[in-house]
Amino acid sequence: MPELRYIQAVNAALRWSLASHPDTIYFGEDVALPGGPFGATKGLYDEFGKSRIFDTPITEQAFLGMALGASLTGLRPIAEIMYVDFAFVAMDQIVNQIATARYASGGRNKAPLLIRAQQGFSPGSCSQHSHSAEAYFAHTPGLRIGLPSTPDDAYQMIRSGVQSDDPVLLLETRMLYPTKGIVRLDTAVEDIGGARTIRAGKDVTIVSWGSMVPSALDAADVLTARGIEADVIDLRWLSPLDMTTVIESVSRTGRLVITHEANLTGGFGGEIAARCAEEAFAHLKAPIVRIATPDVHFPAAPSLQIALLPNAQSIAEAATRLVGYQK
Amino acid sequence: MENTFRELCRIRLFEERVLSLKEGGEIPGSVHLCNGQEAIPVGVLSTLEPTDWVSATYRGHGWAIARGVSLSQLFAEFMGRESDLNSGRAGSPFFSSLKDGFLGENSIVGAGAPIAAGAALSAKIKATGQVVVVSFGDGAVNQGVVPETLNLAAVLDLPLIFIVENNVYSEMSPIKDMIRSTTLVERAPAFGIPGVSVDGNDVQAVADASYQAVERARAGKGPTLIEAKTARLVGHYSGDAQQYRPAGDLAQARLDEPIARLKLKANSDLAAQYKAIEDEVAIEIEEAVMSARAMSTPNSTTAKDHVYA
Ligand SMILES: Cc1ncc(C[n+]2csc(CCOP(=O)(O)OP(=O)(O)O)c2C)c(N)n1
Ligand SMILES: [Mg+2]
Repeated sequence: MPELRYIQAVNAALRWSLASHPDTIYFGEDVALPGGPFGATKGLYDEFGKSRIFDTPITEQAFLGMALGASLTGLRPIAEIMYVDFAFVAMDQIVNQIATARYASGGRNKAPLLIRAQQGFSPGSCSQHSHSAEAYFAHTPGLRIGLPSTPDDAYQMIRSGVQSDDPVLLLETRMLYPTKGIVRLDTAVEDIGGARTIRAGKDVTIVSWGSMVPSALDAADVLTARGIEADVIDLRWLSPLDMTTVIESVSRTGRLVITHEANLTGGFGGEIAARCAEEAFAHLKAPIVRIATPDVHFPAAPSLQIALLPNAQSIAEAATRLVGYQK
Repeated sequence: MENTFRELCRIRLFEERVLSLKEGGEIPGSVHLCNGQEAIPVGVLSTLEPTDWVSATYRGHGWAIARGVSLSQLFAEFMGRESDLNSGRAGSPFFSSLKDGFLGENSIVGAGAPIAAGAALSAKIKATGQVVVVSFGDGAVNQGVVPETLNLAAVLDLPLIFIVENNVYSEMSPIKDMIRSTTLVERAPAFGIPGVSVDGNDVQAVADASYQAVERARAGKGPTLIEAKTARLVGHYSGDAQQYRPAGDLAQARLDEPIARLKLKANSDLAAQYKAIEDEVAIEIEEAVMSARAMSTPNSTTAKDHVYA
């Protein structure tokens, strides 16, 4: 099993998708001959040709609508939104059209399409290239939403997404593209959904997804040095949402920290907190805490960006406070 | 001619310095430079009043400079300092300076067009006599909001001048693969507005076309679309290796760019003056960098400020 960078795992999954699904086509901006601005589609144009992978003009709204129409009529398109920030240009197609296709037909129509985008801050990125947008979409019924945090998940979740009969939105993390990990290239394709416990502990549960997963793991190291053992869960999919894994953990630890890069208010952390309050109230030994970017746009200046982002330290501090909490 | 040369040179040397600061790690993120396209803002701005509005894209440093925005404040903003422009919040792709008549850059392709239309609407409703110029790239004409705005401005007779800087690429994709027509200007008649195509590397040609469009807009006759043909001398962004450019494309662009053209036409006296101007501008740029470096980084306790009134 090879060790690949996250972006190479994406590339491998897309190659697999085009090779194993003759109905899959791939389009977006600068994806064909150029191989994508981050190299996600490198080599695919040479391998599969222009009938399977092609560039669109700068037309997010039109090409996502086109993905929907193609999916309704027998193709399984993958459409790439270069930065999730540009998906806002196409919100009508995502929310009013793609997400409603199945329901509004009484279940007769299906829209098996995959939208790939990447998100989050990077040093110097301005507010228009830094959104962590998962909550905007998670609010919309009908969409499947995944946030891979490792190369292997990038590989597996793209393959699951391509095989799903629902519209799937995968939000990758640009800052994680260079990270490396073992990728299981030949495993069976998983169904979409399923959280994963990536570290076991008994004192506090830390739930995260996408860009903040590495910080959650680092926080667990900080906590171990303090004699606190954290159960760390990578949620992976916001839809379908695996609350079973979360509730099981919180029921054991009695304490929950949720961390995400997206802004605090209306962030998906609020949903996890509400469900734990509803379903695991009797087990809670302390209030549920969310560690997120405060309600502010991302500035370009790195010194300000760092001041706003959650990190291992702020997660560990929150967990430590919960462990010391007296009712 | 000396003045034109100085204006072009200020933009060129500024952009070159931005690149070296970026490569030296003093400017974070990616930067989008306008090397080769300087004649467009310089030509257009020569026809505007100080009270008129200008709007540009992430490739908008040249527009801001031609509008008179301070070089040291620009450097400071790009370096993530507490600049008087946007306090390090915007950086290279999204800064604005309303006090200089610069409505702002925009890093969402096409998004500046309707905002500029709004400024034109203000001018019209308040009968101020101002006009508004909005610049965007060849790729942006395909973004839905741009044709929507062309039509909106046409039916409202807004005092708006649309400038398409056709550098024949959107990122790595050649415009010839992105449209079936051969020009962009032929979209203008579809909206019932005048369209003019100009050599965007010729300051005078740009100024002439802009002058007509500005006159028309000020007279209340509505918008004009100007297609300015040009070429980038650099990549789409700072790290772009430009493998998508065919052999000879860059070499041709270097021969045909506005500063090289002026130099080619200059006799020895003028050439000496140009050299002196370049030296002066180089000093101006270095002083601006020094003063930007002296500015503090924003205090992190202010990171959450400015979201609401
Ligand atoms: C809505 C949106 N889609 C995609 C992008 C990514 N992007 C940034 S610049 C660019 C190319 C724009 O080309 P053009 O309009 O010709 O302007 P140029 O960069 O050549 O000045 C693209 C696709 C974006 N910023 N916004
Ligand atoms: Mg262009």
